[in-house]
Amino acid sequence: MAHQRLTGYRRADGRVGIRNHVLIIPVDDLSNAVSESAARAVPGALALPHPYGRLQFGADLELFFRTLIGTGANPNVAAAIVIGIEPAWTERIASGIAETGKPVAQFSIERNGDLRVLEMAARRAAQMMQDASELVREPIERGELLMSIKCGESDTTSGLGANPATSQAVDRHIAAGGTVIFGETTELTGGEHLIAARCATDEVREKFQRFYDDYVAMVERTGANLLGSQPTQGNIRGGLSTIEEKALGNIEKTGTFPVVDALAPGERPTVPGLNFMDTSCAAAEFITLTAAAGAVIHLFPTGQGNVVGHPVEPVIKISANPVTVATMSEHIDVDVSGLLSLDYSLAEAGDRLENVIDRTINGRLTCAEVLGHREFAPTRLFPSA
Amino acid sequence: MPDTTSPPPVDRVAFLAHHDGDDVAVAVRDTEPGPAVGACLATGERFSVDVREAIPLGHKIALRDIAPDGEVTEYSVTIGLARLPIARGSLVHTHNLRSARWRTSV
Repeated sequence: MAHQRLTGYRRADGRVGIRNHVLIIPVDDLSNAVSESAARAVPGALALPHPYGRLQFGADLELFFRTLIGTGANPNVAAAIVIGIEPAWTERIASGIAETGKPVAQFSIERNGDLRVLEMAARRAAQMMQDASELVREPIERGELLMSIKCGESDTTSGLGANPATSQAVDRHIAAGGTVIFGETTELTGGEHLIAARCATDEVREKFQRFYDDYVAMVERTGANLLGSQPTQGNIRGGLSTIEEKALGNIEKTGTFPVVDALAPGERPTVPGLNFMDTSCAAAEFITLTAAAGAVIHLFPTGQGNVVGHPVEPVIKISANPVTVATMSEHIDVDVSGLLSLDYSLAEAGDRLENVIDRTINGRLTCAEVLGHREFAPTRLFPSA
Repeated sequence: MPDTTSPPPVDRVAFLAHHDGDDVAVAVRDTEPGPAVGACLATGERFSVDVREAIPLGHKIALRDIAPDGEVTEYSVTIGLARLPIARGSLVHTHNLRSARWRTSV
């Protein structure tokens, strides 16, 4: 299959994006209303409403700042406006994003009110949209792109088809010098020894094992079990019976390269290759964390048909379930159900997926983008004060 | 009214096993009781199995008899323990298979 020439946006910090968004980021729940009003006044600008940002503290607050700064700093973002109720945390997030060298503006609501902030933010967003429209795509290399992978509403067809197809793309991406993030900490249960065995060094293995043990210990400390959550009801409907079976299917998408690092939630990778990230297994939370780490394209194998998207990081859906591709075709970017009927080889499925990845890099909208799926779900570590 | 529907070709693969030696294989279409053909993804080898009960798309069939508390493997790794005796050709799911890791899990 002939390779397409890949294009993207080179940002001031040297990273490469495949989209060119102008974001309006509320620091806190109180700033959602004016952020969304400003985005409505300037169609194309994207507000990222969320319910957090007040009275968080400690590691939970640090993760929250890392998530908002990382999202604004993501190479798929051309420019960002940060709006908060008060100036201090607003400044903290705006200056964090500004370190990338991209245009950033900040406004706070106290001593202005929503309406004055609306006018200032909308005027600035309008200018940013025009400036962004003049940025041009340049030739890029595959290996310059940070990719993330996570499956959802998995079933047994994920382990048989969609995940092995994704594995092909993961191996090709890493072979080209690229970096791929996987995670889903508790969803490795039953196969965590397979990931530990693939860690490149003892130090990485220890980091990975600590993340895994701590997450499972956190679940156990609550006194609850994960009955009804892992596997999910959708997983069970699709034929998955136990967490172990789900985990082994999950791992099928990670390719064959060694794990070169284990990252904290939302942490930016520094070592090229396959990186583990300590994350929730919930789709929107996961992609929000990888986008915050700078990932610009996500591969999402699904069995029963998870419809998740993200405002900044395009999400490509891959399914091998013939019922799902027939009944939910508007959500599935790549149909690999022929793997189940042995109609084509895994390498050919990899070619089909690579073709869609390359077109998506070059600007083709994913199903989730077209349908307006912009789930933005910051991970919380513990309750607010 | 004569039955004009023809049965699926006998060599059409109904089940896929991941690895040689796995205890279960996955139905790649809705399957009714009777003789069926499976294939191993790792080796490409075909196998025959007598299906004992309806097995929907995506659900698993036992490829051997499994005793209560016996380990059940898929991908050459344990995916759980049998809650009950499981006969070759039967459906394997949450009613007769439980996690070996999360003992309180379904």
